[in-house]
Amino acid sequence: MGHDPSTLAAIKDLLYRMADDSLILGHRHSEWTGLGPILEEDIAFCSIAQDKLGHAYALYRLLHGLGEPEPDRAAFFRDAPEFRCCHLVEYPNDGYDFSLMRHFLFDIAEQWRYHLLEQSRYEPLAQLARKVRGEIKYHVFHATQWVVQLGARGNQESHERMQRALEVAFPLALGIFEPVPYDEILEQAGIFPGERVLQERWLETITPILERATLRLPDLRSVVPSYGGRRGIHTDYLQPLLDEMGEVIRSEPDAVW
Amino acid sequence: MVTREDIWRELSTIHDPEIPGLTITDMGIVADVQLEPEAGRVLVRITPTFVGCPATALICSEIEQRLRRLPLQQVQVEVTYEPPWNSNRLSERAREVLRRFGITPPPVYEGPEVPLQLLEANVPCPYCGSTETTLRSPFGPTLCRALYFCNACRQAFEHFKPV
Repeated sequence: MGHDPSTLAAIKDLLYRMADDSLILGHRHSEWTGLGPILEEDIAFCSIAQDKLGHAYALYRLLHGLGEPEPDRAAFFRDAPEFRCCHLVEYPNDGYDFSLMRHFLFDIAEQWRYHLLEQSRYEPLAQLARKVRGEIKYHVFHATQWVVQLGARGNQESHERMQRALEVAFPLALGIFEPVPYDEILEQAGIFPGERVLQERWLETITPILERATLRLPDLRSVVPSYGGRRGIHTDYLQPLLDEMGEVIRSEPDAVW
Repeated sequence: MVTREDIWRELSTIHDPEIPGLTITDMGIVADVQLEPEAGRVLVRITPTFVGCPATALICSEIEQRLRRLPLQQVQVEVTYEPPWNSNRLSERAREVLRRFGITPPPVYEGPEVPLQLLEANVPCPYCGSTETTLRSPFGPTLCRALYFCNACRQAFEHFKPV
């Protein structure tokens, strides 16, 4: 299956954006292991982390098939400027409120992204998209239940904290949909309809859920999206995360596990 | 000459490392077997339950080791997502093994997607059979299980979730 050079570059960019998002958010979620507010949430966040790492691995494998480094090298041996993840996934976990809101905003976008990719003309990604559908469904189910529970059915404190978390996470979440120069190529090649379409679907989906949670969506016109991640410009949080995540393997790169 | 039946017989003795007593053929994770008997070549494709299932690599190497005992020239094992695994692929025997192990098997569902209402719809307790049960969390000790509580016998239990 041959792609012309510009389409190939566009596919790789899309795969790196998706894989890096999954890897970094998976790592952040895994930081809840042993620290969750209740045992069930501890288990939920590490299960979701495991799924995210699985998705990242599958995406890095596709990249490897297109001539990029092996999955472990892609994950552990690049520095921040080479990463293409959005700022949302880089932020520290902070409290459970922010982590949960991030999980909600990210996973609904991810669910739509994979849904739109199910018909992609880049068949290996379409197959992966059809495979992960059943997994992400559980992530969205989990996030939605808790956002509604804590927003509308908890107490005043839980409501206020979820509202604050939404206000912090929303501009970061808009960074998921940062326009990239490859959008048009991907759309014309029938590979992916583009970030603008994705953002519209996402907004249509989160709006009624946040209403159910009695949370106020910030006004889109007054919010500055946190862009830069897709071009390798990151927050100060990413490099320390990468240093920690790769510390062991970088100390002995040729070790066999 | 090795036959397809020989291959399937071997595969049906390989166990899932996460749930004792369950074989990979009961789990429905063998997508297909392509055998060229004259050339002595076999390709087994497996479709994992979850993309991030940590048992996948172990299962692949187990299949390879097992099939190398047969008089074959070449044994190849590949992971595929086509067809995607779903819980309807579990055999009747698998469901029985799960029940005995204290895990409620997933209901068989129609159509291409799991209706998630199934999760909250009176999943029967594997110990006492009561349907007075509550979903505690859609995530459990492995990716394919969810946590429940039985209000009748006051026990926590697990459900192999519909996927």
